[in-house]
Formats: sequence, structure tokens, C-alpha cells
Amino acid sequence: MTALVQLRGVSKTFGAAAALHSTDIAFERAKTTVLIGPSGCGKSTLLRLIIGLLEPDDGIIQFEGAPTTFANIADLRRRIGYVIQDGGLFPHLTARQNVLLMSMHLKRPAAEMDQRLTELCALTRFPQTALDRYPIELSGGQRQRISLMRALALSPELLLLDEPLGALDPLVRAALQKDLKEIFARLKQTAILVTHDLAEAAYLGDVIVLMNEGRVVQIGTLEDLRTKPAAKFVTEFINAQRGLALV
Amino acid sequence: MRRIRKAGKQESRRDLCVPTSRPIHRFLLSFFSCVPAFLIIFSSVSVSAAPIIIIGSKKFTESYVLAEIAKRAVEDAGVPAEHRQGMGGTIILWEALRTNQIAFYPEYTGTIGEEILKASPSTSTADMRARLEKSGVGMTGELGFNNTYALVMQRTTAERLQIHTISDLRNHPELKFGLTHEFIDRRDGWQPLAERYQLPTQNISGIDHGLGYGALRNGSIDVKDAYSTDAKIGENDLVVLQDDLQFFPQYKAVFLYRLTLPENVIAVLRKLEGTLDEKRMIQLNAEAERTKNYTRAADLYFQNDASPRQPRSGESLTHKLIRWTSRHLELAGISLLLSIIVGIPLGIAASRGGAIGQAILAVTAAVQTIPSLALLALLVPVPFFGISPRTAIAALFLYGLLPIVRNTATGLQDIAQPVRESAIALGLEPSARLWKIYLPIASRTILGGIKTSAVINIGTATLAALIGAGGLGEPILSGLNLNDHATILQGAIPAAVLALLVQWSFDLLDRFLIPKGLRL
Ligand SMILES: Nc1ncnc2c1ncn2[C@@H]1O[C@H](COP(=O)(O)OP(=O)(O)OP(=O)(O)O)[C@@H](O)[C@H]1O
Ligand SMILES: [Mg+2]
Repeated sequence: MTALVQLRGVSKTFGAAAALHSTDIAFERAKTTVLIGPSGCGKSTLLRLIIGLLEPDDGIIQFEGAPTTFANIADLRRRIGYVIQDGGLFPHLTARQNVLLMSMHLKRPAAEMDQRLTELCALTRFPQTALDRYPIELSGGQRQRISLMRALALSPELLLLDEPLGALDPLVRAALQKDLKEIFARLKQTAILVTHDLAEAAYLGDVIVLMNEGRVVQIGTLEDLRTKPAAKFVTEFINAQRGLALV
Repeated sequence: MRRIRKAGKQESRRDLCVPTSRPIHRFLLSFFSCVPAFLIIFSSVSVSAAPIIIIGSKKFTESYVLAEIAKRAVEDAGVPAEHRQGMGGTIILWEALRTNQIAFYPEYTGTIGEEILKASPSTSTADMRARLEKSGVGMTGELGFNNTYALVMQRTTAERLQIHTISDLRNHPELKFGLTHEFIDRRDGWQPLAERYQLPTQNISGIDHGLGYGALRNGSIDVKDAYSTDAKIGENDLVVLQDDLQFFPQYKAVFLYRLTLPENVIAVLRKLEGTLDEKRMIQLNAEAERTKNYTRAADLYFQNDASPRQPRSGESLTHKLIRWTSRHLELAGISLLLSIIVGIPLGIAASRGGAIGQAILAVTAAVQTIPSLALLALLVPVPFFGISPRTAIAALFLYGLLPIVRNTATGLQDIAQPVRESAIALGLEPSARLWKIYLPIASRTILGGIKTSAVINIGTATLAALIGAGGLGEPILSGLNLNDHATILQGAIPAAVLALLVQWSFDLLDRFLIPKGLRL
């Protein structure tokens, strides 16, 4: 099986500081890959490179084997969903308009859009009655559900989620973790998810990518990381998380 | 009443707009004296064959009256004439005359020498004529009176103390001087005067010009400075002390005219030479201020000729208010529209930062600091503009830019990074991002800028009167000159009401234009 997205020798530097050293990594189809690592290790940078918010200094990013370029990035973005921590919803549009923005922009038939919206509401357990509210009138959890619906609206081949649950309280977070897992499974969604939380990574991820200081340290399951740590850092990171969980 | 007629003898502080300072006049004059050749070429072809004679005047009573007198004289000779009254100042009148946009206007020899020609005080009249001729301008002979600084006293006091000349003051150190601050500060004002005449300098106090007359009347001061043809001199029956050492410069009234004027019009102007002495001019100024009607004052001049005119049917106040207000709205509205059309794209460009963004903001801010009179003076000689409403609209447009450009730029810059990146990540093209996401989100700030611009515009549109372009500035300006509060209010109240209405209608517009999600 070929990877949906592949990074080859991709690096990114801001000024003098390298955010991502030359990195090779492949993201398999229908799998959820979780990026984890300490703050500032380059997780968001990696996602932003894939969606073209950043351009790599070096290396190529391939989508279905074809390198992403300035010319095709706009099309590619429509095949990728992107969810960020605080949702990034458009405050001047209702929940419905946020979700359907691209569909309307692409002039999809109204019936198709209605049907898609109903599906998405069911999928993300968003109450249809709240669709005409503005982002400011929604709870944090509801905002993240809308953000997710917006990302899924065009049935993207790839879903990128940058700490989608970071700003939510534990109960809502747990509920959404469960929903996400179901959604990914039902849609056979290829997803790359960034989190700080090892438990979340283990729960949602088929593959865990542990990063540190702009480098991929180890790729595997949580079990692999525990039993066959590739570096001292891996154990340190796992222990630190466990210590935190005990507090 | 203060006048603009000497270099630096500043126009009224009650001016409608930021008064230009002397250095700016200087700068502008030197700027225009080296104005590019193409402008001269253009302006000479611009307004060639005006069907009617356009007469200009400066914004003070005496200038209005002299222009009205000339207008009637010209009309009596069978030539139609129009009086564009109360235009900004020397610089604007001169530029309008030089570029053939007006046919003639009343001026003073001192101003011609010092401000227009920048000649030494000893320049002869013939010399002046020769130099004016180079600009295609002629100068009539003196009309008679000299409107210069003077010292005045109550008649009773002067007679009791036997004071006729300024030199006579030397022997009366007990007299209290109440002088305008401007006169005290002027380089050719009180200090050198006192030195020249060796006057006692202990009893000096600074007092406002208008209040000074009251102080003189009730005896709190004995001597004050004035203009020699001030209507108040006649009204209060004051004595003008003779400038026996000839300290004060000569400001003899003349007409400056286009040399290309028809013979008969020039002849009419020349017939006015020597017909107005100080006493007569004081009387006419007083008549104008008393009746609030310059035409009446001008008619008084002709009554010696025993050719009284039937009073003209005056325009009703309602009609005038409608005319002023609609012109005002027209000026403010068109200029605002232009500011929006140009300002929003500039603001979008500025929001991207960088050198260009900085430059756009800097230039629009710099435009704001140009005093309105100076801006008008810059535009008047430009062929397309001239002394038309277009100039006022252009000035208002420029003043209206900054709030719109700045608010558009900050409104766009303030959009949160996640929102911005979501729009990109969704795959919207740049133009769709701008129209569907960025501009709607920034709409409140942008509308705020437009609202500021609109309200400022309503206030600033009064400047149009400075170039005879009408609007509510017209009554304000003439009311200021006549010291007539009722007339001022005829302009000021509608202007204030308009500003409020504009404010309200924009508040209303907010509801339609600002997306609901941003108003919650
Ligand atoms: N636009 C930028 N300009 C300069 N430096 C940046 C920029 N974006 C990221 N960086 C730097 O690059 C490094 C990696 O940042 P990145 O956002 O990818 O970290 P992260 O792993 O997502 O961290 P976190 O878990 O805190 O979100 C950090 O040191 C960060 O300061
Ligand atoms: Mg991050």
C-alpha cells in the first residue's frame, strides 16, 4: 500500500532556528497518525507544511506520489481538511455557513449540501437546531464539532488536526475523543493528529510519531515506544507523561 | 474685524479652518513662482473666454464691499458680472487671478509688495506695475483710502489732552494702552513703534480686538490699535491718531485685474480710482456690518451719483438653507464616495505592511496635516480644479482618506491568525478570501473609518466657502466677517444637525452592513 502523503528530506528554518530538520516520513491511508512531542518540537510546523501554510526550505512533499507545488496547492487544500485548536471559525458566518462555505463557493447543488449537512450533524453529534447560531453563541465543544464538520464537508482524503481538543474541559474532551475515534473508523479516514497527551495518542492513533527538537525520534505504537525505545528521550518523555498523570 | 491683507497680519483666529502661517504663505508663494512650465501653459488655455466677468474678494467685510461696488459698476456698464465672495486669502485670489479664473479683485499695495511680489518696501508703483505685468496682471490707481494699522482713542479723551498725532502720546505716560496680542508680538508692531516714537511702555496690556472697543468706551483703556478703516472707528466716534513719523506701511486699496479684460471693464475700474477716502470706507464698512448686506453697502457708494437702485428681491432663508445644505451634502457626499473608492483599496494594500504599506499610511497622514487653506491654494492653480466645487471636493477627498485607509488596514491586520489560516487552508482563492472572509470581518472597523470620515467631511466642507464653492460655510464665513451670530448659526446649526444625521444613518447602516455574528 502506498502512502497518501510522503515527506522527503523536508526541512524548515525560521531565521536561524530550525523548526524541522531534514525529515522523511510517510503517512499511510486509512490510518490515524498521531504526532506527539514536547512543545516547540515542530508538530504544527509539519502539518502546516503539508497544507501549504508554510513552504519547505528543502525537500519535497508528495500527495498521492505527486509533489505539491505552488500551482496545485490550492486544489490539494480542498482535498485536505484542517482543524486547529480554537477552531478558527469565521465569526461572521453561522455554523451552517461555516460548514458549507466551500461547498457554496464551489456551487454544489443545494440538495446535496443539505444532505451532507445532515450526515455531518449525525456524524459529529451536532444538534441541527444550533446550525443557525454564530460561533460566539456556541460552546467550545460545539465549536470544535463545527470545525470538524467544516473540515469534513468536502469529504477530504486527508484530515489534519492540530490539537483539536486542546482547549476543552476533560468531560467534553473525553466525549469528543470517543466521537473522533468512531468517525475515523467509520470514514476510514486518513488523519494526522497532533496532541500533547500520550493517553489521547494511544487511544486515537494507529501510529504514534514521537518528535523532539525538530526531529522524528521514533515511529510506532505506544507499546513499541515503551518496550523498544529508540532513544533515551523516548523513555523520559513517557515517564514524564506518566508522572503528570499521577498528580 | 481682522483682515488678511498684510504678510503675516494673520487672518482671523476665528477662521473656519487651520490658518496658514506666514512661513507657509512664503513657501507656497515661492513654490508657485517656480511652478512647472506645463501648468502655466495649461492655465493660459484653461479658462480663456469667460462669458461673464468673475470678481473675487477676500473674506473680510471691506473686500466684499469693494468687490460689490465694482460688480455694480461693471453691470451698470452693461457687462454681466459674478462675485465669488470671500475666497481664502491672498494666495488663493492671486493664483486664481494669475491663472485667469477671476477677472479682478480688490487688493492692497502693501500686500502686493510684500506678499505677492516680495519686493522691498521702497519699490515704486511703476516697478510694481511692471512686475505684475509679467503675470498678465494690471493694477488700477489707488482707490483713495489707506487701510493700515493705526492707534485710536476716544474723541473726548483726545480732545481734552490735545492729542492729534502718535508723537503727542509721548507726553502722557499715564495713558493706558490696550493692544491686541498680535500687534504686541509683530515685528513691525508695538515694539518698533514705541522705539520710533519713544513712547512710554509701562501701561501696556494685551486685549482681544473686539473686547478692546468696549474697554475703550468704559475707560479701562485709553489707546488701542485698530485698522484705519475699521467700521468700529465710525460707530464709536473714535479719533485716529496721525502717524506723523510715517511708521506704518502703506496699504492703499487698488484693484488687480487681468490685462486681457475688455477696455470698457478696465475703464469702469479706473473710474473708481480716488473715490473712496478713509471716512467713506469706514462708513461703507459700518453700513455692511450694520445691515449684514454687502450689496446695500455698495449701493450706498452709488447714492452720491443719485442713481439709487430698487432693492433686489432677496432670497428667502428657507431657500438659502436648502441651497447651502444641498451643496454641502453634494460636496461632502461626492468626496466621501471618492475617499471610500480609493481609501479601501489603499487600506488593503497598506494592511500587507512592508515599505509600500508604510508609505501609503505616511502619505495619507501627511496630507491630513496640510492646513486647508494651503491645500486649497495648492489646488486652485491646477487647471482642472480652479475655484470650482471640484477643488473643495478634491480637498475633502484627501482629508477623508486617512480614517478610511487606516481603519481598513488595521481592521484587516487585526483578523486573528487562526481565522486567516483557516481561510487559506480551506482552499479559497485570495480574492474569495478577501471578499468572503477578511473584508466582512473587518467591516465594523472599516465602517467606523468611513463614519469618522463622513462626520469630519461635513465639518470640513465649510472650507468650500473659502473658494466660493458654496455650502454651509458661506453663512458661517460671512457671519464671522460681520460679527453676526445669527448668520453664523444659519450655517453652524444645519452643519451640526447634518453631522448628527450622518452619524445616525451610519449607525443604522451598521446593522445592515456589519454581519450579525460580529455584532453579538
Ligand atoms: N512563524 C514562525 N516564526 C518563527 N518561528 C516559528 C514560527 N512558527 C513556529 N516557529 C518555531 O518553530 C518551532 C516549532 O514550532 P511548532 O509550532 O511546530 O511547535 P509545536 O510542536 O507545534 O509546539 P506546540 O506543542 O507548543 O504547539 C518552535 O521553536 C517555534 O517557536
Ligand atoms: Mg503546535
